[in-house]
Amino acid sequence: MANHDHTLDSHDAHAHGEGMGVKRIWQVFGILLFITAIEFLVALGFVHHWQLVVKGPALYAFYVVLTLIKAYYIVAFFMHLKFEKKSFIICCSIVFIFIIYFIVLMLIEGGYLLNHLQEHPVYPNK
Amino acid sequence: MDSLSKLDEVKTTPWSGGREPWSIEYGKIMMWFFLVSDAFTFSSFLIYYGAQKFAQPTWIDADKIFQSIPGIADHGQPLVFVGIMTFILIMSSVTMVLAVEAGHRNSKKEVVKWMIWTILGGIAFVGCQALEWTHLHHMGFWFGTNPATGLTDPAAISAALQPYFTNDISYTAALQFSNLFFTITGFHGFHVTVGIILNIIILFMVLNNTFEKRGSYLMIEKVGLYWHFVDLVWVFVFTFFYLI
Repeated sequence: MANHDHTLDSHDAHAHGEGMGVKRIWQVFGILLFITAIEFLVALGFVHHWQLVVKGPALYAFYVVLTLIKAYYIVAFFMHLKFEKKSFIICCSIVFIFIIYFIVLMLIEGGYLLNHLQEHPVYPNK
Repeated sequence: MDSLSKLDEVKTTPWSGGREPWSIEYGKIMMWFFLVSDAFTFSSFLIYYGAQKFAQPTWIDADKIFQSIPGIADHGQPLVFVGIMTFILIMSSVTMVLAVEAGHRNSKKEVVKWMIWTILGGIAFVGCQALEWTHLHHMGFWFGTNPATGLTDPAAISAALQPYFTNDISYTAALQFSNLFFTITGFHGFHVTVGIILNIIILFMVLNNTFEKRGSYLMIEKVGLYWHFVDLVWVFVFTFFYLI
């Protein structure tokens, strides 16, 4: 994919969506379904039913990683971005640097407010 | 070759003009740019949700609030209904990409078949969301209200919200959850609804042989991008509202 930008015949290379045949589509579906099944196994089984795992930052990180993997498969294969020109991929994805910055910013801000502006009553749960 | 003839040489690199550097059709690029900006909107919503959660000493437990399967069980079944919704949306995303694939082969019959399945999936999803909203509304959650709204006695507030909390109970946290849940899933549901309408329009254009005459089913790809984006957003909404 990397040197497609520099070849003359690259114009036709992707005209008909090479790389996403019916077989590949069901493969990606299988991956998405499998990841979702793991999420449910953990959330319903390990956390809720058997209570082997306690909700906390480690579990949340695990969920977020699985979510990002799913997002990658949807964007790369279903939305076909993986098969576009590299410059287009960079163009559409680099802007999310701002979102990463915004996440860091807002979560730090939220954590600060918890300790400094908490004036609402909290009732103990029995 | 001296330097002058080098200057006269015709440049053939992708960005030297006379060709499409990305070789993507204009409308498709614009759809991508719209989706990137839409992703910013959804990100802002979800990041604000995260910031609120960090700023509150306690939060609603998803396992306790999402426990119903409309028509089957009123409570005691956490996550099952949203699992069905997630499956429906992933499935309709697959039928959409199959429609795109059939479009590449100019197979009108298959495009029509997969578009109809996609539309049905979208309608089923919005229907499920409507049931979920109705259930939460019956429990007392809505924009600006939660089951303890109107109560002043701390013991009564605590008792009204107790079923939804595992840790300490906070009226503010329940209210923020309620507002953000209806806003974010509402905005997502609005996107799904728009997607269904777009899909129906495209389906009629397919049936009308519009793309057959045009010689390309590229429009299916554009509306497909939008539909997959809606699925993508749901993946995140599902994680942050239902799992975490």
